[in-house]
Amino acid sequence: MAERVVDRQNQYLRIEGVTKRFGDFVAVDNVSLSIFKGEIFCLLGGSGCGKTTLLRMLAGFESPTSGRILIDGQDMAGIPPYERPVNMMFQSYALFPHMTVAANVAFGLEQEGVARPEIERRVSEMLDIVKLGEFAKRKPHQLSGGQRQRVALARALVKKPKLLLLDEPLGALDKKLREHTQFELINLQEQLGVTFVVVTHDQEEAMTLASRIGVMNKGQIVQVGTPTEIYEFPNSRFVADFIGSVNMFEGRLIEDEPGHVRIRCDDLDSTVFVSHGISAAPDAKVFVAIRPEKIEMNRGATAEGENCVGGVVREIAYMGDLSVYLVRLDGGRMVRVTIPNIERHEERIVWEERVVLRWQPSSPVVLTQ
Amino acid sequence: MNDRGWFRNSILGLGLAFLYIPILSMMFFSFNNSRLVTVWDAENSPTLRWYVRLFENEQLLGAAWISIKIAALSASGAAILGTLAGLVLTRFGPFRGRALLSAMTTAPLVMPEVIMGIAMLLLFVALEQMIGWPAGRGLLTITIAHVTFTMAYVTVVVQSRLAGFDDALEEAALDLGAKPATVFFKITLPLIMPAIVSGWLLAFTLSWDDVVISQFVSGPGSSTLPMEIFSRVRRGVSPDINALATIMVLIVATGVVASTIWMKRQERKRLLEEQMARSDTP
Amino acid sequence: MVFFAIPFAIVFKISFSYMVPAQPGYAPLLEWFAETQRLVATFNLANYQVLLQDTLYLSTFLYSLKVAAFSTVLCLLLGYPMAYAIARSAPTTRNLFLMLIILPFWTSFLLRVYAWIGLLKTNGVINNTLLSLGIIDQPLVLLYTDFAVYVGIVYSYLPFMILPLYSNLEKHDLTLLEAAADLGARPVKAFFKITLPLSMPGVVAGCLLVFIPAVGEFVIPSLLGRTDQLMIGTVLSAQFFGARNWPVASAVAIALLLLLLLPILLFQRYQQRELEASRR
Repeated sequence: MAERVVDRQNQYLRIEGVTKRFGDFVAVDNVSLSIFKGEIFCLLGGSGCGKTTLLRMLAGFESPTSGRILIDGQDMAGIPPYERPVNMMFQSYALFPHMTVAANVAFGLEQEGVARPEIERRVSEMLDIVKLGEFAKRKPHQLSGGQRQRVALARALVKKPKLLLLDEPLGALDKKLREHTQFELINLQEQLGVTFVVVTHDQEEAMTLASRIGVMNKGQIVQVGTPTEIYEFPNSRFVADFIGSVNMFEGRLIEDEPGHVRIRCDDLDSTVFVSHGISAAPDAKVFVAIRPEKIEMNRGATAEGENCVGGVVREIAYMGDLSVYLVRLDGGRMVRVTIPNIERHEERIVWEERVVLRWQPSSPVVLTQ
Repeated sequence: MNDRGWFRNSILGLGLAFLYIPILSMMFFSFNNSRLVTVWDAENSPTLRWYVRLFENEQLLGAAWISIKIAALSASGAAILGTLAGLVLTRFGPFRGRALLSAMTTAPLVMPEVIMGIAMLLLFVALEQMIGWPAGRGLLTITIAHVTFTMAYVTVVVQSRLAGFDDALEEAALDLGAKPATVFFKITLPLIMPAIVSGWLLAFTLSWDDVVISQFVSGPGSSTLPMEIFSRVRRGVSPDINALATIMVLIVATGVVASTIWMKRQERKRLLEEQMARSDTP
Repeated sequence: MVFFAIPFAIVFKISFSYMVPAQPGYAPLLEWFAETQRLVATFNLANYQVLLQDTLYLSTFLYSLKVAAFSTVLCLLLGYPMAYAIARSAPTTRNLFLMLIILPFWTSFLLRVYAWIGLLKTNGVINNTLLSLGIIDQPLVLLYTDFAVYVGIVYSYLPFMILPLYSNLEKHDLTLLEAAADLGARPVKAFFKITLPLSMPGVVAGCLLVFIPAVGEFVIPSLLGRTDQLMIGTVLSAQFFGARNWPVASAVAIALLLLLLLPILLFQRYQQRELEASRR
C-alpha cells in the first residue's frame, strides 16, 4: 500500500465549536476538528452519537446552531448544498432510478453547465476508473450492490470535490465484498487525492480505511488519533470499551513514580505494575484496561508475583483463527483472553482447566476518566 | 389445508359471480331484440338494433361529449392540486394547520356526495352574489366541483408514493449542484409521475361517473352523461342504455386489462434484469 | 382547502336562514336596514326544530342508519372471506383476482346499479329464471324493497370493503399461524385468536368506507328502494330540488354531517396511521 500524501500543514477542513440542537436535543455538542488535505478521516460512533448530523452539516443539509465550518479557508455559513465544493456518497447510494448509470454520473456536471463533449469525456473516464465502463447504459436496478456502490462513488467524484463525504460507504455490502471494496476505496482515494470524510459505526471499517479516526459519543468528539493510537492508547473508558474488546478493572493507585506505577485492584489478587508513568492524584480511583490478546495464558495451579492471576476456564469459543477463553478468576471476576491458533495439533487448554494469566508491564492502559 | 382451500375458493367464486353476473346479464340483453329488455326474443336476436339507435341519439352523444370534457379538465386540475397537496403534506414536516389540511383533503374520500353537492352549490350561489362569479351554473361549476372532490384521491395516491420515496435522492441531487427547482423537475416529478398518472385516471373515472354532485351544481344545457342516464333509468330499464353500458364496460375493461398486462410485463422484465445483475460479477 | 372549508361554512349559515320563495331561496342572516341604521341578524332555529319535530326526518335518519349498518355487515361477511382467499392464493393468481375486484369499480357506478333493475324487476332475469325452473309460480317482489337496497349497496361498495382488508391480510406473517399451530391451536382457533385480531384495522377501515357513504346514499335508494320509506340522501335532494327549501335542506345536511363526524374522524385517524406506517 502506497503511503498517501497527507499535508499536515494544510488544515483543509476546519470545524470550529460547532453545535447543533434539535429542540432540546443536542445532536452535536461543541465539536472542533481539523482535517488535513488528502487524508481519510473517519467519524466513528454508535447510532445517535451525532456523526451523521455532523456530516450533514458539512454537506449543507443542516446548518449549525452555532460555530463555523471552513473548507479550504472559506466559511460555509449560508451556502446551500448545491453551491458547496463538497460531494456526498449516500448510505442508500441514492442513485436516480429513472436515469442510466452514465446519466447519473453526468448529472452533477450538467448542473455546473459543463459542455457536452467535456461531460462525456469525464463521465467515461470516471466510469473506467471505477471499472464500470461497459455498464454505462444500464439502469441502477440492473446493477449488483457492489456496482451500485461504485456508481455512487463515481457520481460524487466526477465533480472533483474538495471534500468527499461518505455515509456508511460499505454498510449495504455483504462481508466478502466489503473487504474487497475497502481496499479499492483506499486505492481510489490515493489515485485521485481527494480528501475523504467517512462516517461509520463499524470499527473494523474505520480501522482499515482511516488515516485518522475521530471517536464520537453523545454529540462530542472523545478522541482523535490514528487507528493504532485509538486502539493501543485509548484516552477514556468509553473509547477503550468501544473499540475492540477489553478487560477493565477498577483500582487504586498505590505507588506513583515517573517511570512506573502500581495499582491495587480489588478484583485481582495481585497488584498491577505498569511500566509507564501516569498523571493522577495519589490514591485516586483509576481503571486498568487490558486487551484480551495481550494476556498470556498457561496451565498452572498457582499464580505468583505481579501482573499474574490464577483462574479456571469457564467458556471457550473456537473461531478458527483464534480462540476466545472466558476465565473465572479466583476472586470471581470473568476475564476474556484470546489465543491465536498457531499449531494445528496443539493440545489446547480445555474447559475447567486451571490456568495462570500473565501480562507485560507495558500492556495495561491506565485510565482516569 | 386442501379442504380449506376449496372452501375459500368457492366463496371467492361466489363473490366474483355476484360482482359480474349483473354486468354480464346487462351486456347479454343489449343484443336482445325485444323492447321488454329482460325477456329474450329468440327469433330476432341477437341484434345490434339498440347500438344503432344509441348512435343516433344526439342527446346522449352530446352529454357524453360534455362528460369527457369535464372529466379531462377536472382530472387535470385535480392532478395538479392534488400533487401539490400531497407534496406539502409529506414534505413540510409538522406545520401549523397541517392536521387541518390533511383532514380537509381526505374528508371527500368518504363524505356522502349529497353533502358535497349541496355545499358546492351553495358556495357557487354565494360567490355569484358577492363577486358575480361564476355567473350561473354549468360546465365551469361542474368542473370546479369535480376538481374539489377528486383531488382528494390524487392526494392520497401521491402521498403514498411519496411515503416510499427515499429523501436521499433529492438530497443527492442538491449535493450534485442542482437548484431546488431543478431537483423538483428532474428528480421528484419524474419519480412520482406514475402516481400522478394513476391519480389522473382515477379522477377522470370519478368525474366521468359522478351524478349526484353534478346534479347539484349543473345548470340548463349542461347535462352530463350520468345525469342523462340517471333521468332515463329512473323511468325503468331501456334497451339502448344496456347497449351504452356494454360499450362503456368494454372500453374500461380493455383499458384496465391492457394496462395491467403492460405493468406486469414491466415488472417481470425488471425482475429478470435484477436477477441478471445479481449474478454478474461484483 | 379554501375550496372545502368555505362551502361548509355557507351550508352551516344557510341552515339558520329563513326560506324565501325567490332565488337564491334563502334570506340573508345579516341585513342592513337603511332606514333604521341597524344591522339586523335573523337567526332561524326553526329549520332544526323541523328536523326534531317532524317524525319524517327522524324516521328517515333512523332508516338510513339501519340500512347502512346492515349493508356494512353484509359487505363484511362477504368481503372478509373473499379478501382472505385472495391474500392466501398463489402470488400469480392474486393479481388476477385483485384486478377482477377492482375492474367493476372503474366501470360506471350508475350503470352497475341499473343492471340490478333488470335482474330484480317483476319480469326480470331472476324471476324469469325461477319461474321457468318451476321453483316459484308467482313472481317475487324484489325491486323497490329493502332487500334491493341492501343488494345494491353491498354490490356497489364491496370493492371498498375488500381492498383495505386485502392490503391488511396480505401483510400478515404466515409464520405466526405456523407458530400458533406449533403451540397447539387448531386452524379455526388460530384464525380467531391471531388472524382476526391482527386484521382489525382493515375491518374498521373497510366498514367505515362502506358505512359513511352508504348513510348518505342517494342513487341506489332512488333506483332500487322503497317509495314509502326514503333515505336521508333522497329527502335532502327532494327538499332541495323539489320543495326548493334550501335552509331545511342545509339543516338536514348539517345534521347528517354531525352524525357522520365521528366515523369520518375515525377513518382519518386510520388513514394517517397507515401512511405513517408505510413511511417507515
